[in-house]
Amino acid sequence: MGHTAGTHDAHAVHEAPQSFIRKYIFSYDHKVIGIQYWFLALTAVFVGMALSLYMRLRLAWPSAHFPLLGSGPMTPETYLSLLTMHGTIMVFFVLTTAPQGGFGNYALPIQIGAADMAFPFLNMMSFWVTFVAFAVMVSAFFVTGGAPLGGWTAYPPLSALGAITGPGEGTGMTLWIISIALFCVGALLGALNFIATTIDLRTKGMSLMRMPLTVWAWFITAILGLLAFGVLLAGGILLLMDRLAGTSFFIPGGLVVSEQVMVSHSGGSPLLWQHLFWFFGHPEVYIAILPGMGAASQILSVFSRKPIFGYRAMVYAMLSIGILGFLVWGHHMFISGMSPYSAMAFSVMTLSIGVPSAIKTFNWIGTMWGGKIRFTAPMLYAIGFVSLFVSGGLSGIFLGQPSLDLYLHDTYFVVGHFHLVMGVAAIFGMFAGTTYWFPKMFGRMMHEGLGKLHFWITFPGVYAIFMPMHYLGIAGHMRRYADTTGVNYLAALQPVHVFITVAAIITISAQLLFVINIFWSMFKGPKATENPWEATTLEWTVPSPPPHDNFGGKMPVVYHGAYEYSVPGAAKDYVMQTSPEAVPHSGH
Amino acid sequence: MADTAARNEPQLYIGGGGGGVRERDFGDYGGSGLPPGTARRVYRTGMWMALVAISMLFVAFTSAYVVRSGLSDDWQPLALPPLVWWNTLALLLSSFTMEQTRRALTEGQRTACNRWILATVVLGTVFVAGQLLVWRTLVSRGIYVATNPSSSFFYLLTGAHGLHLLGGLIALLYVALEAWRYRLGPAKRTLVEVTALYWHFMDGLWVYLLLLVWLWR
Repeated sequence: MGHTAGTHDAHAVHEAPQSFIRKYIFSYDHKVIGIQYWFLALTAVFVGMALSLYMRLRLAWPSAHFPLLGSGPMTPETYLSLLTMHGTIMVFFVLTTAPQGGFGNYALPIQIGAADMAFPFLNMMSFWVTFVAFAVMVSAFFVTGGAPLGGWTAYPPLSALGAITGPGEGTGMTLWIISIALFCVGALLGALNFIATTIDLRTKGMSLMRMPLTVWAWFITAILGLLAFGVLLAGGILLLMDRLAGTSFFIPGGLVVSEQVMVSHSGGSPLLWQHLFWFFGHPEVYIAILPGMGAASQILSVFSRKPIFGYRAMVYAMLSIGILGFLVWGHHMFISGMSPYSAMAFSVMTLSIGVPSAIKTFNWIGTMWGGKIRFTAPMLYAIGFVSLFVSGGLSGIFLGQPSLDLYLHDTYFVVGHFHLVMGVAAIFGMFAGTTYWFPKMFGRMMHEGLGKLHFWITFPGVYAIFMPMHYLGIAGHMRRYADTTGVNYLAALQPVHVFITVAAIITISAQLLFVINIFWSMFKGPKATENPWEATTLEWTVPSPPPHDNFGGKMPVVYHGAYEYSVPGAAKDYVMQTSPEAVPHSGH
Repeated sequence: MADTAARNEPQLYIGGGGGGVRERDFGDYGGSGLPPGTARRVYRTGMWMALVAISMLFVAFTSAYVVRSGLSDDWQPLALPPLVWWNTLALLLSSFTMEQTRRALTEGQRTACNRWILATVVLGTVFVAGQLLVWRTLVSRGIYVATNPSSSFFYLLTGAHGLHLLGGLIALLYVALEAWRYRLGPAKRTLVEVTALYWHFMDGLWVYLLLLVWLWR
């Protein structure tokens, strides 16, 4: 019987639902859930961008009035709440949600030849828990005191003491913690689902070393998530107890806040939170970027018409980035007064991440080298990803050294660094993923010209925004401050702020092109064929969009790795993973 | 497929390796017809991953516990109410009865199986009730959540463990109901297996937490 069991017993994993609600709202289908995650991230990214726009306006023109924010210039407290919510929404609900929950959910089961995720019901739950988390987070804007001020890192004691530390630190901060705790639960459910799916549901012939690098990236990301989010959840619970139950995990004694002595707490340590937070926080950086690396690897290979350079090296590089990612959290705490010996250890581990990162970069360039490159929109975004990852990564080598970090840590240098390497690099991964998988997801092609126009505004745009921040930082401009008027040595830098803000306005406006492209193409784009990019992986063997159970009751059998391009002697210049034809140099 | 299972015929579908086994009622869908092989492995993998995640939660609590206890001189050792040892005994026994449940199920001794699963549920409930009594004992001594970091951690750890254990208890109740309705066929073996896995883990986790708060005072 063997593998034919599936074909004669042609039941889907679950029957295709008929009603609108079961089909599009509370769906068990990984494809629908992936698109739901993707739309959630799309919503969140516009909320997050709007917040950053307000911050940029405040920085460029400190005394101007802005709509929706009441009369008069924006207060520093409002600025801090925008900063907090921008960071939180972007990190959790965009960078964690779309690359993994969105594209991973959509493409991973198809790419390994499965009809759905291992636990479809859990999958639905993880999306809806994440959705509720987002709703709770946004609701913090609308409660008394407004959104919290403590930054996306929510450092105690300020985050632990309640409304006395500022507007938004009361109910708003409590909602923030609850939202993050919910997010952790959703992310953990998702992570265990991804891992079980990848381990157990690969189709016949899909050995580990034949998996597309996207699948490896999502798999490793899921492992990181599984190990990291539980720790953040623990920290969140302790923080909530400090706030609501009167405990003193993070709150030291003898604090004077708003001219009042805090007598009800003693003996705790804010550093304890920092350790718990960054033990999660650093792997989180890789949770955001690894799926982008996977997508870039895939897309660079497809559009260079060449096998990925060093497939195994790519896999091992991602694995070592994942492992090292858990050993470097201390580099976020160099200025916390840690022992120079610990700092040295963290520094050595941090800098050694440069090795696998360089391997990946080398291999991406090696993949493109001498290829018959097709400069489609997804390819441009993928190249943009590599560029931004390199630019942002290089400044990481500066910051990984305690002696330099002591100076640069609380300056715009760090803002420039992490926005390039974690923020927009990952965003470019999402642009690439969206344009690449859009034909599969919606059955229609996106508009190429509009995509390229969007790329050519956005790519220089993000450099124009974040590169000058490095100079601001080296000049000693502190970050997180709404207002530096009166700080004489910074007065000369004000034109740089204006420049950055103008660049931000242009770049943010250009994002409308992307959205217009998405919605126009969804309804009016030309119909997509099964395999418009001439790629080899399994999602391109099924109709666009795929049927409910992906493979229409007949499970694929895999004969090759995912990167058989420009195969000598083959009928076309690529060999599908499902094609039984022999490949002379079949290395993996 | 369900009929095959019910008739106890050998099930020929290959379960391992290549995957691609697509079965009705696969995944989260309860009911009969789970083949040996994929579905079973998936559930076991999923449960192990859940246990890893739960472990990380308690690893984080532990590190916070160790750091916080050495941080300041305000830590006062907590005298454990003796009842915790009886609770522990109940929980250890419940792991034993759970194993007996599984053995009886494998051997097809349905009546014995039903008794053992009932015993497991009762012992689990005894543990939860006992833990609540431990909390009441502490309260009667004037020890609350915020009294001292040691008590904060005690309430936190027992509470977090208790919540997770309640989840296991609900699963046990479901298994017991199915057992008593004689619906615990071979197809539900996986359900029993992962429930047992979770239950033993909760048992082991409790022993670990007890040793932590007992030895690291």
